[in-house]
Amino acid sequence: MSKWLSRSYIGLVLTFLYAPIFVLILYSFNQSKSRGHWTGFSLRWYEKLFHNDAILNAFMTTLLVAVIASVIATVLGTAAAIGIHNMRKRSRTAIMNITYLPVINPEIVMGVSLMLLFVLMGIKFGLITLILAHITFNLPYVILSVMPKLRQMDHYLFEAAMDLGCTPLQAFMKVTLPEIMPGIVTGFLMAFTFSLDDFNISYFVSGDKFQTLPILIYSMTRKRVSPEINALSAIIFIVVLLVLILVNINDVRREKELRKKEDALR
Amino acid sequence: MKVKATASPYLLWMALFIIIPLGLVAYFSVTDRLGNFSLENYRASLAYSPVIFNSIWLAIIATVICLILAYPLAYNFSRKSANHQRTLILLIMLPMWMNFLLRTYAWMTLLENNGLINRFFGLFGLGPFEMINTSGAVVLGMVYNYLPFMILPLYSVMTKIDHSLIEAAQDLGCNSIQVLKNVIIPLSMPGVTTGVTMVFVPAVSTFVISRMLGGGSNMLIGDLIEMQFLGNAYNPNLGSALSMVLMVIILICMALTNMFEGVEEKEGMLL
Repeated sequence: MSKWLSRSYIGLVLTFLYAPIFVLILYSFNQSKSRGHWTGFSLRWYEKLFHNDAILNAFMTTLLVAVIASVIATVLGTAAAIGIHNMRKRSRTAIMNITYLPVINPEIVMGVSLMLLFVLMGIKFGLITLILAHITFNLPYVILSVMPKLRQMDHYLFEAAMDLGCTPLQAFMKVTLPEIMPGIVTGFLMAFTFSLDDFNISYFVSGDKFQTLPILIYSMTRKRVSPEINALSAIIFIVVLLVLILVNINDVRREKELRKKEDALR
Repeated sequence: MKVKATASPYLLWMALFIIIPLGLVAYFSVTDRLGNFSLENYRASLAYSPVIFNSIWLAIIATVICLILAYPLAYNFSRKSANHQRTLILLIMLPMWMNFLLRTYAWMTLLENNGLINRFFGLFGLGPFEMINTSGAVVLGMVYNYLPFMILPLYSVMTKIDHSLIEAAQDLGCNSIQVLKNVIIPLSMPGVTTGVTMVFVPAVSTFVISRMLGGGSNMLIGDLIEMQFLGNAYNPNLGSALSMVLMVIILICMALTNMFEGVEEKEGMLL
């Protein structure tokens, strides 16, 4: 009974999360421009999409910014989390409180504050300002994902590795890193999705030349939405789905192989 | 070995891109257009207090709904087999890869007066119901967009809860409510505080969701700020003052959640 209950609850939440997206995808195949009426199956919006330079350019900009910013943020953030974790309690608390600032701090305030900074520093709005801003708002999320893993880790493991003859670097690579890896991966994925998704901050620091996809979409929803955007989101959805499924299958296969090896050793 | 130096690039970055820009906002908020000291911006902000309170209220409702929806879900996930957990978390993260403007736009399609939901009701001769351009639609948009931000931190804490602790509590005679109250909730508190901040902050400061689903009549503080910087009402000084007000609201929220976490930690130490 409780199993049935929990399953249908999960099903309900997933339906809530996915139904609007499926509607969006469904209407990307709609013949007419209308978002309410179904007039028949068509692939014309996909055709149009591949001939729309503005959308394709914005897509490339978004991807470029997200990859660069999330990689840099993950490296900087993981290093920072380890350093902060090793600090004494008082300085750790102080720095973590400041780290919370950009999370606590509404994105819109961060956007306008960076806008003021870039204007006063005389940096032209564009790719550089976008990347700098994205790294800045990604950093806390990486740190906040890695910190709990460091806290939950048994720190004697690291010392044991050292006692068994590891150099600090080896001990870090063999013990700490695998222990906190789930946090790093979560942090990176969050940083990447935040970057892809970000509108609120990019909106204030992008200038007119470098439009990210969300900014372009926003300007389109202000007037009327072109169904090409529906087609694009359908494609993104399918690509992401495939990537995630492949990663998942790969993980499962590796685990099975590991288990086989363990059985063979026994 | 206790390396602390790895944090220094981050500390430098933070000073340049977080502390200094916030200093600029503070400076702009207490000056007028000519750069002279003035508190006029704050006086002008007072006139907008109904908008400010409306923002706080809607964000609180959205956060509470997210917590209620996410908590049992995250717990459910954390007790499943590793394979199931991975698939379910992927399913939760997948919608986050879609842009929130598109997801919000999708709800416009659903909620419109001649949208899909109203047409469904129309089949039974009901409606059309006024769903779009209401504060309810704004809350729905917030819950829909930010629910994964509540589920993920909760799950990541709960998956670390050792199941034998729960079994031990049951062996010692706890019923399921007592297990929840004495074991699961205290151990998941860090996830709750992270989740609450991660939902409340973007919800209280949004200007897109209110504009797309709330129409013109459900203005939030974010809309006001955006108008001062990029809108026709261009006035960065007033915008900065409103930003300061928004930050104070958020800092109060942060102090409250930190207090909660602090209490749990103290209790943990006593045990």
